[in-house]
Amino acid sequence: MEAAMGLMRRIPPKHTETALSALLSLLPEHSSDLLSQVDQPLQVLCDMVSGKEFILCEYNRDADSYRSPWSNMYHPPLEDAPQPSPELRKLEVEANEVFAIYRDQYYEGGISSVYMWEDENEGFVACFLIKKDGSKTGHGRRGYLEEGAWDAIHVIEVGPEEEEIVHYCLTSTVMLTLTTDNESSGSLNLSGSIRRQMSMKLSVSEGHLCNMGKMIEEMEGKLRNSLDQVYFGKTNEMVCTLRPPAELVQMKLPDT
Amino acid sequence: MLEEDEDFLESETQLTDDQKIEIAKWFLLNAPAGEIQYVAKDVRAILKDENVYKKAAEESFPSYNKSHLICIELPNRSGDVLITTFSEVDKDEYLDPRTAQVAIVDHVKQVCKEVRPARDEELPSAFVEEYRSAMDAEIMKYVSEAYPKGVCSVYCTKGKDVEEPGFDFELVVVISAARHSPQNFCNGSWRSIWNIEFKDEIQSVEVRGMMQVGAHYFEEGNVQLDAKHECKDTTLIQSPDDSAISLVNIIRHHETEYLASLQTSYLKLPDTTFKDLRRKLPVTRTLFPWHNTAQFSLTRDIEKELGIGK
Repeated sequence: MEAAMGLMRRIPPKHTETALSALLSLLPEHSSDLLSQVDQPLQVLCDMVSGKEFILCEYNRDADSYRSPWSNMYHPPLEDAPQPSPELRKLEVEANEVFAIYRDQYYEGGISSVYMWEDENEGFVACFLIKKDGSKTGHGRRGYLEEGAWDAIHVIEVGPEEEEIVHYCLTSTVMLTLTTDNESSGSLNLSGSIRRQMSMKLSVSEGHLCNMGKMIEEMEGKLRNSLDQVYFGKTNEMVCTLRPPAELVQMKLPDT
Repeated sequence: MLEEDEDFLESETQLTDDQKIEIAKWFLLNAPAGEIQYVAKDVRAILKDENVYKKAAEESFPSYNKSHLICIELPNRSGDVLITTFSEVDKDEYLDPRTAQVAIVDHVKQVCKEVRPARDEELPSAFVEEYRSAMDAEIMKYVSEAYPKGVCSVYCTKGKDVEEPGFDFELVVVISAARHSPQNFCNGSWRSIWNIEFKDEIQSVEVRGMMQVGAHYFEEGNVQLDAKHECKDTTLIQSPDDSAISLVNIIRHHETEYLASLQTSYLKLPDTTFKDLRRKLPVTRTLFPWHNTAQFSLTRDIEKELGIGK
C-alpha cells in the first residue's frame, strides 16, 4: 500500500485514472484502501427526472447505481437503496441549491453536487463536489485553454452538537490539468493534485450550511493559491534552474 | 451480497504474468525525469515477483533512458555519454563521438560497465567529422554558457561515409540538462534535439528542433509540467567552422525564444489561464454571502442581492 501511494505521488496527475485502475488490478486485496485514498477525476451522469447533470462519487454510490441530488433517485434505479433521513435530505437539497450559486460565481460554469449521510456517531458527513471543464470547447469563458479540468472534492465530517458548538473536519482535494497550445510557444501542460485538511469548532447559530460553506470557500481559495503560486511557481523555478533566462546568464558572464 | 461477488470475481480473474509486465512497464515508462529508480522500487514492492519485475525493467529502462536522454558517466574520467537513439550502436552500446569511445552500459542500473574504442565503421568520414567536431566545439561553448548542468553531443546520423562535397549528410545535436533535488521535492529536465540536414544540391542546411521541458514538484502534492515545442529554420552550407557558428546561433536563438515564451505563459497563468478554471474571487468580487443562505427563500434572496437572477 505504501509503495502504491508512492507511485501515485510520482505518476503524472493527468494519468491518475489509468494508474489507479492498474493498481486495482495488481492489488485487488487493497481495493477499498486504494479507492478511499486515491482521488480520481469525477464522472458525471444526467438525472433522468430533472434533466440536470450530477457528479458521481463513492458517497452517492450503491452497487452500480448513483443517487442524484436533484431527484433523489438512483441511476440506474435500485430498490431498497440507502437514503439520508428526511431531515438531512432537507439540508442536502438546500446545500445543493446554494452551492450551485456559489459554484457559478467562482467557476462561471461547471457542475456541482452535494451529498450527505448520517455517520455512526450522531453526526453526519457532507460531500461537496465541483467539476469544471475550462477548455475553450467547454466552459472556458476566455478561451485560453486547449484542455482544462478542475475537480474539487470536499468531504466534511460534522460532529454532534455539544453546547451549541460543533466540530467540523474538512478534507479537500483539488485535481487539475490545463493545456495551452499555440504555434509560437508549443504545448504546455500543467497537471496536479493536492489534498489538505482543516478542522474548526464553530457555533451552530449560523447553521451548518453557513459554517461548511465558509470553510470550503476558505479552503478552495487556499488550494487555488498554493497551486498557482507555490506548485506552479516551483515548476517554473525548476525550468529557470535548468536553463536560466538570458539576463541572469549575462549577469554572471559579463564578458560574453 | 454483491460485494462478495466482486471479491470472488477479482480473485478469479488473476492477472497473467504478461499483463503484470505490461502494467509494470507502463508505470516505469511514465516515471518523471530522474525518478525511474524510485518508481522501480515501488513497482518491485507491489509486484512481489522478481521475474516479472526483471522482465518489465529490462524492457522499459532502455526506452526510458533513450527518451529521457539520460547522461551516464564514463569510468575513465573521459566525460559522459548520452543515451540516445542516435548514439545507439547496439542495445547496450552507445557511442561518444567526442572521445570516439563506445560505452557498454547497464540500462537498469544506469551505469557504464566498460568502454572500448569506437571501430572505424562506427565513426564518420574525415570530411563529415570536420563538420561534426566544429559543431561539437561550438555547441559545447553555448551549452556551458546557457545551461549550468547541460550535457551535449553531436552525432552523424546520415551520410557518415560521405568523403567530399557533393553529397547529403545529417548531424543531430542533442542537449540534455537534468536537475534532481529530491530533498527539495523537485526534479526536472530540459531536452532538445536538433536535426541538421546538409543538402548539397540546394547548398542549404535545414534545421528541425524539438525542445521538451519537464518538471515535477511533489511536496505534499504532485504537480507536473510537461511542455514541448518544435521549430524549423534554414541556413546556407559554409565551411565547417562557419556552419557551426551560424547553426549554433540558430539553436541559441530558438531556445532563448522558447524559454521566453515559457516565462510568458507562466506570467499569464494566474490572471488569465487559471481564471478559466476557477476565479480568485466570485464575479461579485466579494466573498460568498453564506450567512444569508439560512433564510427561508434563500436562493431568491441571493439572486436578488447579487442581481444575477437565473
